[in-house]
Amino acid sequence: MSKPFLSVENLTQIYPDGQGGDLTVFEDATFGVEKGEFVVILGHSGCGKSTIMNILAGLADPTSGVVKMDGFEVSGPSLDRGVVFQNYSLLPWLSTLKNVTFGVAARHPEWTKAQVIEHSKKYLAMVGLEGDVVYRKPSQLSGGMRQRVSIARAFANHPKLLLLDEPFGALDALTRGTIQDELLKIWGGTEQTVFMITHDIDEAILLADRILLMSNGPFARVAESVEITIPRPRNRTDIVEHPNYYAIRNHLVHFLGQRSKEISGKAEGSDTNRPETVHIDKTALAADGPGDAPRRLRAVNT
Amino acid sequence: MAGLSLNQRAAVLSIVLLAVGLLIWEAAIPAQKAVGELTEYERLTGGGAPKAGVPAPSQVIAKAWEELSNPFYDAGPNDKGIGIQIGYSIYRVLSGYLLAAIVAIPLGFLIGMSQTAFKALNPFIQVLRPISPLAWMPLALFIIQDSEASAIFVIFICSIWPMLINTAFGVAGVRQDWVNVARTHELGNLRTAFTVILPAAAPTIVTGMRISIGIAWLVIVAAEMLVGGTGIGYYVWNEWNNLDLTSVVFSILMIGVVGMLLDSAFGILQRAVAYVE
Repeated sequence: MSKPFLSVENLTQIYPDGQGGDLTVFEDATFGVEKGEFVVILGHSGCGKSTIMNILAGLADPTSGVVKMDGFEVSGPSLDRGVVFQNYSLLPWLSTLKNVTFGVAARHPEWTKAQVIEHSKKYLAMVGLEGDVVYRKPSQLSGGMRQRVSIARAFANHPKLLLLDEPFGALDALTRGTIQDELLKIWGGTEQTVFMITHDIDEAILLADRILLMSNGPFARVAESVEITIPRPRNRTDIVEHPNYYAIRNHLVHFLGQRSKEISGKAEGSDTNRPETVHIDKTALAADGPGDAPRRLRAVNT
Repeated sequence: MAGLSLNQRAAVLSIVLLAVGLLIWEAAIPAQKAVGELTEYERLTGGGAPKAGVPAPSQVIAKAWEELSNPFYDAGPNDKGIGIQIGYSIYRVLSGYLLAAIVAIPLGFLIGMSQTAFKALNPFIQVLRPISPLAWMPLALFIIQDSEASAIFVIFICSIWPMLINTAFGVAGVRQDWVNVARTHELGNLRTAFTVILPAAAPTIVTGMRISIGIAWLVIVAAEMLVGGTGIGYYVWNEWNNLDLTSVVFSILMIGVVGMLLDSAFGILQRAVAYVE
């Protein structure tokens, strides 16, 4: 099997626990992300999702393990890995437009000012920010608009890997829905590889090609990799009617509600530590006849 | 009053307070008797000569009019226009202040960025900061051997601390998220310092600069009383020696006005660099 575009190998993070001992947050996290894939990682607080994100972004170093992107080891932050932070991280003294040109100018130092502005405005328009709004300061924007700016800033830079750290966590449910749709729209046009953290199961199913499930910390692991077998383009109202939707959703709820606790801390003893792939497909079940059912269901319930 | 805005009402009240204050002041000054009303004894004991006394506001206003209509005359070392005296003071304040800013802001940056530098320098700052700037004057006069430069040194030493401490706190308090934005955009250290840390810390830094200019203006009056020669502080002391209290009161008012102007200049700067998170 060829190496995936992004390959995370045996990542382990150990922090001092403040009492002279060590706290292993996660251990031997190993997974891959293919080019153009949208991967979401789900897990309870404290399992180290954000730490994994920071390591991928190059903002933190793991205790051990490596991250390789395109065959090269990741060390330190880079423009090839764009990040959308949960709290937007816009620079409050710059206007909306300048927050985006800031990134574009860093990415393309050879561009003229006019080019940078034109490119930035194009991406702001993609997230629905046009006209006078772009000259406002972030403090004059709503939370949803701020996160749009942050998303525009990240997409405008065409990073090889886009990291989204709970991008909609601080937004109300309605705004969240709109921006998720916008994110899907932009993503659909760019084939951008995305790695995202979330707490929200429905959001994960709507957006992801694949969901990585983490067991609880300490000694958290990336336990399963659930394929989302719902065809694209998706939208929030239609996907709930897809036969796979509730099957997948139930599986995720079950994992997060129960199994993430049960399997936490247990070393599986497997050599690779790769997450177990889970493929739930009721449509295939219906087509292939009942004979296929037990095997697939078993995979779900182990 | 009902139809006026808040600012208009405040302005009316200010004017009323000023008028009442001036009237009370005017009324409280005993009038000097005219020579004709004096008894012979009083005339023999010099009662006819003008007495020094706290001037009435009308006299101060007349003095102010006279001085401000010709602020830049120069009639020898003891008789210069108020504009020239204030000019000397501002020159000293700005020289000392700018030197202090050149030292304090980069040093504050360093202290704010590095825990080690902060811990290493903090004891020195804590000991040096509470020293009255005038206490440095004898040492400065002896070492520098020049009263002009000594006055500037005193301004330097008094304005350095608020700027240094505020810069350090401002830089240390820059949100890690913003620094991370710079890092994920591959900005170098210098560009991060200028495009992210400096604007983020600017409101705190400018607050320190504003405190410093206020202190510098307070100290220059005292310093000039000591070093003499020129400046508004010297002017006050010189007029006291002349027993010209009208000029003393007038120059006190001028010190207040100039201090207010310096402060409001930094107020404008502060608004320019302020941001809302």
